[in-house]
Amino acid sequence: MSHQRTTRSALRALPLRRLLASRFVQNLTYPHGVDHYLAPLDATWSLTEVRAAVTTIRQQTHDSVTVTLAPNDNWRGFCAGQYVRVSVDVAGVCHTRCFSPANSARTAGGALELTCRIGPRSVVSRYFATTCKVGDVVRMAPAEGTFALPETRPAQVLFISGGSGITPVMAMLRTLLDDGHTGRIVFLHYARTRADQLYAAELAALAQQHANLRVLPVYTREVGTGADGHFDAAQLDAGVPGWTQMEAFLCGPAGLIAAVQDVFAARGVAQRLHVERFAVTEKVGAVAAPIAGEVRYVRSERVAENRGANLLDQAEAAGLHPECGCRMGICHSCTTRKLSGRVRDLCTGEVSGTGEEDIQLCVCAPVGTVTLDL
Amino acid sequence: MNTPDPISPYRDLTPAQFEAIGQRFDAIRNRVRGELGRRDADYIHALVRRQRQLEVGGRVLMILPPTWPLGVAALSAAKILDNMEIGHNVMHGQYDWMHDPAINSKSFEWDTADTAKNWKKTHNFEHHTFTNVVGRDHDVGYGLLRMSEDQPWEPRFLFNVPLAVVLHTFFQHFVAVQNMKLEDFLIYKTKTREQLAAEFKPVWNKMRKQLARDYLWFPLLAGPFAPLVLVGNVVANFTRNVWACAVIFNGHFPEQAEQFPESVLQNETRGQWYVRQLLGSANFSGGKLMHIASGNLSFQVEHHLFPDLPAHRYHEISPEVQAICHDYGLPYNTGSFWKQTASTWTRILRLSFPTGKRREATPVNGGTGGAQTPSLPLAA
Ligand code: FES
Repeated sequence: MSHQRTTRSALRALPLRRLLASRFVQNLTYPHGVDHYLAPLDATWSLTEVRAAVTTIRQQTHDSVTVTLAPNDNWRGFCAGQYVRVSVDVAGVCHTRCFSPANSARTAGGALELTCRIGPRSVVSRYFATTCKVGDVVRMAPAEGTFALPETRPAQVLFISGGSGITPVMAMLRTLLDDGHTGRIVFLHYARTRADQLYAAELAALAQQHANLRVLPVYTREVGTGADGHFDAAQLDAGVPGWTQMEAFLCGPAGLIAAVQDVFAARGVAQRLHVERFAVTEKVGAVAAPIAGEVRYVRSERVAENRGANLLDQAEAAGLHPECGCRMGICHSCTTRKLSGRVRDLCTGEVSGTGEEDIQLCVCAPVGTVTLDL
Repeated sequence: MNTPDPISPYRDLTPAQFEAIGQRFDAIRNRVRGELGRRDADYIHALVRRQRQLEVGGRVLMILPPTWPLGVAALSAAKILDNMEIGHNVMHGQYDWMHDPAINSKSFEWDTADTAKNWKKTHNFEHHTFTNVVGRDHDVGYGLLRMSEDQPWEPRFLFNVPLAVVLHTFFQHFVAVQNMKLEDFLIYKTKTREQLAAEFKPVWNKMRKQLARDYLWFPLLAGPFAPLVLVGNVVANFTRNVWACAVIFNGHFPEQAEQFPESVLQNETRGQWYVRQLLGSANFSGGKLMHIASGNLSFQVEHHLFPDLPAHRYHEISPEVQAICHDYGLPYNTGSFWKQTASTWTRILRLSFPTGKRREATPVNGGTGGAQTPSLPLAA
């Protein structure tokens, strides 16, 4: 930790930073760039990239991991509720995932706290829980997302979260309290069991300190402990009187989101509900499906039906002109960022994951709907 | 089957055989792609670190007279590593699976006059797709030399040998303007001055930064030792130029390697494409250092079969490639570095003259399609 602090402040020293960013140093380090030569000195040093050192790693529950990160000076902070893209090196491959920081946006020095659920297919979370060591450096991108606390704070705030969906609303709660918010806050959190609840002790302590905060944990698999069972209107009415007057922020699994949305719509207050979805629930195994879905070209704002052919042919048929060369998978001119959806590698027959990654258009065919950065 | 026929294996192999050859090569590629991981990532990371040490060390040592030779050697080595085992291979997408923006074919830029973007077009696409096809693969002579019987002779080719020396000396700049196809303007008059100027703009943009760095800013930084640094940089660039050019020439122009007329491209199957890559390339043998310094283009054959597999894997798959060659009576071209160099220069000289013909008396490797052991020593 102290090591981090000294190195980070070294780059922060303005004259040094200014020198490194100068035209002269750029000319000397062309074409690889200044960062390339800073890397061996300290892995967090960079003039352009957000990188962060891992400062603590702990496990709150058996299937989650909480890490804190110290980002370098390129980090511009975040609005409570937003998410960040974090890239880590696992077995030589750089994996990128999105996480919503759970800490207050006011945390000193911009330190970040990520709490990640470890699912059966998690790569990055598992890395944090197993191989990652304090001092390791991860790459990040600037904060993104529109799920955020509004600048003008609502008088009454209702937070609803389920499982690891707690993180963005936790950040909102902590930020509100740090800002001395005095309005009524209710925090409704769904966990499977008491042992699964994230931030249990801290939430209880905060409720003690702040008279305007009520925390209502609900355990969906522990019947008879007070509030239990899944979300429904009766539960909300009983637990949070006057909730239709509150501005609500919701994050959790798809089932919870749908249930809450229905109730808000039924009472005519859908506009008060702000939602963040994390990880679309994937159906594993449903891949050898017939040709279906569509291909979405984000930058050209075009959508076409998936016709089963390789993506290069399909893009051209849709009137696009992606860069290409050999059309047989050897020259990599057609490499394009896939934003979501599965593709089949026509050489190996392998089907990709649904996440963001670079693919070669000429040897990939979509499996269902695919979104391309094209 | 003694008539010298440059594309004999195309005639001898049946469609089913081509199909089978294609499948066997595909199987190697898919297997290795499945194996890629930590070992390959560590390898390229280590190489990038070593390159950086050599570059920084070289530039520092070059400032003082006693350490000047050491500095020049280190910087030459750094530039060779940067261009060959790192740049060339990274830009082939050999490490794209790592999803590391610093080692990615989309973003990598190398320490040479040519822009990564132009290179990926002339090299990755044109050269690798149309390997040794006269008229489509500009690497056949770079528009400057006559390297194949299929190029009609012109009087300017009388200067094949001196021009080849010039090409070696200024290789980085020839490669930089390769995409512009200068001969179309200078000789064939199919390109206008305006077209040329427009194409030269991005090239010059990079070229001038490279020139300024090596011949202006670093000498300036050395103050009174500016001349030492200037000369040192000239030598380092020259060394890299000659080495890179020699490696590339040895890979495609020893007499064993074949050039092809454009007709072979018609309806070419994947299996036929593999065979053309095999026939159009030649390896040279050497130790580990030789392989790294050549960017593993000492395994030019493997590289052309699998241009986007990490090059440090080529020596591992070489025996499998040789086995396939053996099974189908295909040549596996190889020889020592000096043997291949001598053979290349013989070709350059021979083709200076209008009568340039392939060695008439030598039977073409690959005979009638039966199993046949290649007559040349195989790389270890
Ligand atoms: S066009 Fe060459 S790899 Fe796709």
